Amino acid sequence: MNLVVNGVGQALDIDPRTTLLDALREHLHLTGAKKGCDHGQCGACTVLLDGRRVNSCLVLAISQQDAEVTTVEGLAEGGQPHPVQRAFLEHDGYQCGYCTPGQICSAVGMLDELKQGWPSAVADDDLEAQIRERMSGNLCRCGAYANIVPAIVDAR
Amino acid sequence: MKTFEYTAVTDVRSAVGAFPEGAAFLAGGTNLVDLMKLGVATPDVLVDINKLPLHEIEELPGGGLRIGAGVRNSDLAAHPRVRSDFPVLSEALLNGASGQLRNMATTGGNLLQRTRCRYFTDMTKPCNKHEPGSGCPAREGDHRNLAILGASEHCVATHPSDMAVALAALDAVVLITGPDGDREVPVTELHRLPGDAPQLDSVLRHGELITAVEVPALAFARVSAYRKARDRASYAFAVGSVAAALDVEDGVVRDVRLAFGAVAAKPWRAYRAEEALRNGRATRESFLAAADAELTEAEPLRDNAYKVTLIRNLVASTLERLVTA
Ligand SMILES: Cc1cc2nc3c(=O)[nH]c(=O)nc-3n(C[C@H](O)[C@H](O)[C@H](O)COP(=O)(O)OP(=O)(O)OC[C@H]3O[C@@H](n4cnc5c(N)ncnc54)[C@H](O)[C@@H]3O)c2cc1C
Ligand code: SF4
Ligand code: FES
Ligand code: FES
Repeated sequence: MNLVVNGVGQALDIDPRTTLLDALREHLHLTGAKKGCDHGQCGACTVLLDGRRVNSCLVLAISQQDAEVTTVEGLAEGGQPHPVQRAFLEHDGYQCGYCTPGQICSAVGMLDELKQGWPSAVADDDLEAQIRERMSGNLCRCGAYANIVPAIVDAR
Repeated sequence: MKTFEYTAVTDVRSAVGAFPEGAAFLAGGTNLVDLMKLGVATPDVLVDINKLPLHEIEELPGGGLRIGAGVRNSDLAAHPRVRSDFPVLSEALLNGASGQLRNMATTGGNLLQRTRCRYFTDMTKPCNKHEPGSGCPAREGDHRNLAILGASEHCVATHPSDMAVALAALDAVVLITGPDGDREVPVTELHRLPGDAPQLDSVLRHGELITAVEVPALAFARVSAYRKARDRASYAFAVGSVAAALDVEDGVVRDVRLAFGAVAAKPWRAYRAEEALRNGRATRESFLAAADAELTEAEPLRDNAYKVTLIRNLVASTLERLVTA
């Protein structure tokens, strides 16, 4: 099967049981996306699939023939970090860093959703509360939220 | 995970035409792939339905909507007509799961997701739902978030969907295509109460495919809301929820739609409470009395009696909010 990962076509010969996360990490050696829970409960495996953020641990790679996948490794352009990556650096949006690639990919997808006017369960007038709600699918065991939220506000 | 054969279908007829024994439809995969990893679901064949032309939301004459089974939860929640005319549906979706999961989860898959009962998802434990006849450890064990209505001695599981609760309140109808033709089933009749066959979640027969859900026009659903109580503020299943639409004039309830979530093996349409509310005063007292009329049937277990009080209070606060909306 074929995937387009960070703009590069990749031919894969995989067992149908392989998740997109395992295909990226074990077959393509892109270890940015992390395996936290492997059950959709933590967000560490978040990547962009055809531009939308998803949990790659619950996606079967074989079901994504010719799809375009963007991982944290593919966000930088022309040697420059993506604005969300830069904001995480400036705000110290992490401690151990394990959740960070998922947080960053999720934030990139989320900011696009915000731009498109997608609603959230939290009222529009409180941006911080809203970002917390929209980012609730990404857990951080280090509790770095106090810096993650301002980083995302800044990158918006 | 048990190995399986993978096939993707591109038209509805071939999806249901050649659906072998032991096959399962793959939609967003957010529940099915998880259950396959856990060994709870063990399909021999996965029939991927993501390429079927079921991704549209169509407007029906008269103001209803036909929602394709493949429409993602995030797209449905953001649809302008859903937001303006059926806010209860948009709110229920936005209060479920996470942004990432909603981008994958589909209308059909959301309806057919399975219980989160911890014994059901643990193949080392007995459970009448994953192995009929093996017993129900939840009855004496962890049932804090299990059913207070419609359960049986064989199973006390709840259906975990938020979206389904809103659809039940809105009288939505599920459109089904199968090897024996097409049929329609109201959302309120899609899921089964456990009785003595808790392994059967729904009335769908082998090989039947949900193609769409129709939400009929309901003018007063513009005044509707979904309230969900859970153990943390976001990204958690409901421990109790209420979907409501309310039509009030001069302090009197002209009409109402009410359904409860996380209380039964199906989204629980509160017909008795609705009847008690119609033509009565729109006051907190009558809202509480109506909730009581529905909840007299409740049979809570050792650790989930709190749900009776929780639902009662959610009914009153949700309806009160709609009166002033
Ligand atoms: C961590 C986590 C938190 C969650 N929190 C919530 C929550 O708070 N509220 C909530 O409501 N949900 C929640 N969910 C559940 C989520 O909403 C469901 O997993 C999702 O809606 C299922 O949709 P899907 O398209 O991914 O279904 P799939 O996993 O693809 O399928 C589910 C089932 O439906 C069948 N199926 C799918 N489509 C059809 C069809 N068209 N016709 C016939 N059969 C079909 C499949 O064969 C399978 O048996 C959560 C999930 C996770 C992992
Ligand atoms: S409540 Fe139902 S799903 Fe849970 S253990 Fe009992 S039989 Fe299994
Ligand atoms: S590893 Fe995918 S959500 Fe945790
Ligand atoms: S920085 Fe350690 S888990 Fe988030």
